[in-house]
Amino acid sequence: MSEDKRKNDIAEGQDDGATKESRRDFLKKLGVAAAATTVAPAATAKAASIAEHLQTHFEMMSDSQKEKAIARLEKRYSEQFEKQVTVANTPAPDGVLFGYALNISKCIGCRRCVEACVRENNQSRGEEDTRHLPIQWIRVLEMTRGNDTFQLENWHKGSPSSSPIGDYGVQSGGHADKAVGISGHAEHYYYPEQVPEENSFYFPVQCQQCEDPACVRACPVRATFRDPNGIVVIDYNWCIGCRMCQLACPYWARRFNWGEPILPNEDMNPKTHYLGNRPRMRGVMEKCTFCLQRVRDGRYPACVEACPVGARKFGNLLDPESEIRKILANKKVFRFKEDFNTEPKFFYYMD
Amino acid sequence: MTTTTQPASVFQKSIAFSRDFCMYTVKGGKVYYSWLLFLSFFVLVGLVTTFIQMTTGLVVTGASDQIVWELFVSNFIHCPSIASAAVLVVTPAYIYKRKDMKQLAVIGEAIAMVFVIIGLTFIIFHMGRPDRSWHAIPLIGIFNFPSSVLTYDIIVLNVYLVLNAVAVFYYLYKHYVGQPLNTTFYTPLIWFAVAWGPFIHIITAFILSSNAQIAVWHSALMPFSFLAMAAAAGPGLVIVTLLVIRKFTKLEVQDSVIDFFSQVIIWGVGLLILMFAVEFFTELYPATHHAAPLEYAINGHNGMNPYGPWFWSIMTIFVVQFFLLCIKKVRKSYNFMLPLLCISVFLSVLFEKPSVLIFPAFSPTPLGEYAIYRPTLIEICNILFIWAGGFILLTMVLKGVVGVLVGDVQDSSVAVEGGAK
Ligand code: SF4
Ligand code: SF4
Repeated sequence: MSEDKRKNDIAEGQDDGATKESRRDFLKKLGVAAAATTVAPAATAKAASIAEHLQTHFEMMSDSQKEKAIARLEKRYSEQFEKQVTVANTPAPDGVLFGYALNISKCIGCRRCVEACVRENNQSRGEEDTRHLPIQWIRVLEMTRGNDTFQLENWHKGSPSSSPIGDYGVQSGGHADKAVGISGHAEHYYYPEQVPEENSFYFPVQCQQCEDPACVRACPVRATFRDPNGIVVIDYNWCIGCRMCQLACPYWARRFNWGEPILPNEDMNPKTHYLGNRPRMRGVMEKCTFCLQRVRDGRYPACVEACPVGARKFGNLLDPESEIRKILANKKVFRFKEDFNTEPKFFYYMD
Repeated sequence: MTTTTQPASVFQKSIAFSRDFCMYTVKGGKVYYSWLLFLSFFVLVGLVTTFIQMTTGLVVTGASDQIVWELFVSNFIHCPSIASAAVLVVTPAYIYKRKDMKQLAVIGEAIAMVFVIIGLTFIIFHMGRPDRSWHAIPLIGIFNFPSSVLTYDIIVLNVYLVLNAVAVFYYLYKHYVGQPLNTTFYTPLIWFAVAWGPFIHIITAFILSSNAQIAVWHSALMPFSFLAMAAAAGPGLVIVTLLVIRKFTKLEVQDSVIDFFSQVIIWGVGLLILMFAVEFFTELYPATHHAAPLEYAINGHNGMNPYGPWFWSIMTIFVVQFFLLCIKKVRKSYNFMLPLLCISVFLSVLFEKPSVLIFPAFSPTPLGEYAIYRPTLIEICNILFIWAGGFILLTMVLKGVVGVLVGDVQDSSVAVEGGAK
């Protein structure tokens, strides 16, 4: 995609949807931007980083501490990315439990959602030929239709037959030789000319916003926690980078910043939220937050908007009239890896 | 009141003790200095690579989103093994009241203390943001108690460190000033430390087996096999240490002590082999997807077989070691075969961690990928840096301990019955 197109996309992304910012917030941000231009960048960066090191867990900060922390960040990001960056602290709306539903019979594996997510959420773009890999929160698995471990030419071999040790009724050959337990194969590194590929279906995976999240349980410092809307979030400034959560998550949904994230100024989305898409630092965990910066403002996540076939649905699970509730009531719905008992609020369905 | 002011002199004496202790640890013969110099080489290199890692991030290690633990963790897991083995030195001395080991118990505690420190250093290197370690300190940070297993590990390790450090230095100080131990304080402390020892390893095992995602670690046997490894590798190090001490210092170490520990190693290695066998059977016979990582470790996957050779050599080495140790002549070869075997037990348990236990377990990933771990040079230099630093610390602490035990480090007022200065 050309740079111009990308910029337009960002602009579009910011303009649609209602942005409910109070006037006070707006004025405050203007003030910050003015201040940012008057102070020597290096000095502020250093002071900000010391203050950031000393700050406590976001949930434990007083309102004034939060305000200061946010002002500090806005100033620092604005200097770093050479544009006016806002860091919102929009609170969780009342009476809302966010849920997601994905129609796997519609998904065509085009990965527009992945691209939109990367752009919206300021993920590291990575560098080619280095170990700085790009960070992507959504993985789209490509799978073969039918059962690809069953091979017709082998169907008759899987019964007691002769084996190297003789004819002792030992089950060998055919499907008896399959690698343990793993049936089927999923690929998330596919690069076809055209999607959907014949004989394939697609299965996107991202953070499932579990009700009983293994990641929250494992985090030794509560850097990751559930917000009141049921979204699991991370305080990037509190995470110690121990990666216990990454190990615990059964959905491979968490991404670690192994090195300094690579986020070119022109690619940076300046409209951010403290617990959402603000630029991360090296050595911390990140993951999908259902675009917390958008949904707390009553907008759709970027992936929902980007999906060209409308496979992605999002809404309030507590509202009986919502689309998502209708889907749960009427479609063939399942959750991924239910045996892990993490109770995802991310549902898959088929028509 | 007389002019010999006792309360003040305790403080002065502990200052004097620390000074004498430190002075003694930096003095030594040619062998001593060359050993330290040899280790310092790795420290020097490690300083540079540590700087690179700390300023660039963990991207300089071989870890990835597929295999999220690096060599640091696999080495870390070895440290509680050795540290909890202090129990095996202290128990016979204090609980079974073996006379020949009474004096040596403090050596076991010193080893435990140093290995907890080495282990914690590995964790610091493993953390993406070591500068934020304070977030995990109670009161100023937040503890995810009682949910997170890692918080338990932080607690047990630190408590064990404190217990041992207090026990070691209290014992040495009392020896230094020539006073008898206050048993109402010291004995419960020792008993507590003995009870605590296995904990550090059990909890470390829980860090692994608490992860639902990694099926092959879902084993109730894991803490026990860890303890078996502790019983094998710990005494291995203790024997080598005691043999070195016996050779180079005046401290008397009887053959009976060495023989006791070589017996422990036989049991340790034997139990370990049994547990491996049990575990492999339980995984491989039903051959559900729980067995996939183990299959990968043994046979590889689709022609990719990075761990197989390691697996087979380590398993073979364990068996060979076991049978060699069963031979009495080998166990009695104090100057050649026994130390060699001890070092090999130590190393095989150390190398089992990354190549059998940890790295293969990460494949397949939750989304079905198979990956290979490739340690980087910087990572290896950092590992060597931590080990070298740890062994420098161990050498110096043990030198001091022996100095106190044989009376080279002593309060002058004890030698010349003159009272406090
Ligand atoms: S999917 Fe993984 S990261 Fe997301 S809430 Fe569940 S356990 Fe946590
Ligand atoms: S990496 Fe961060 S969020 Fe994850 S468990 Fe560790 S401290 Fe918590």
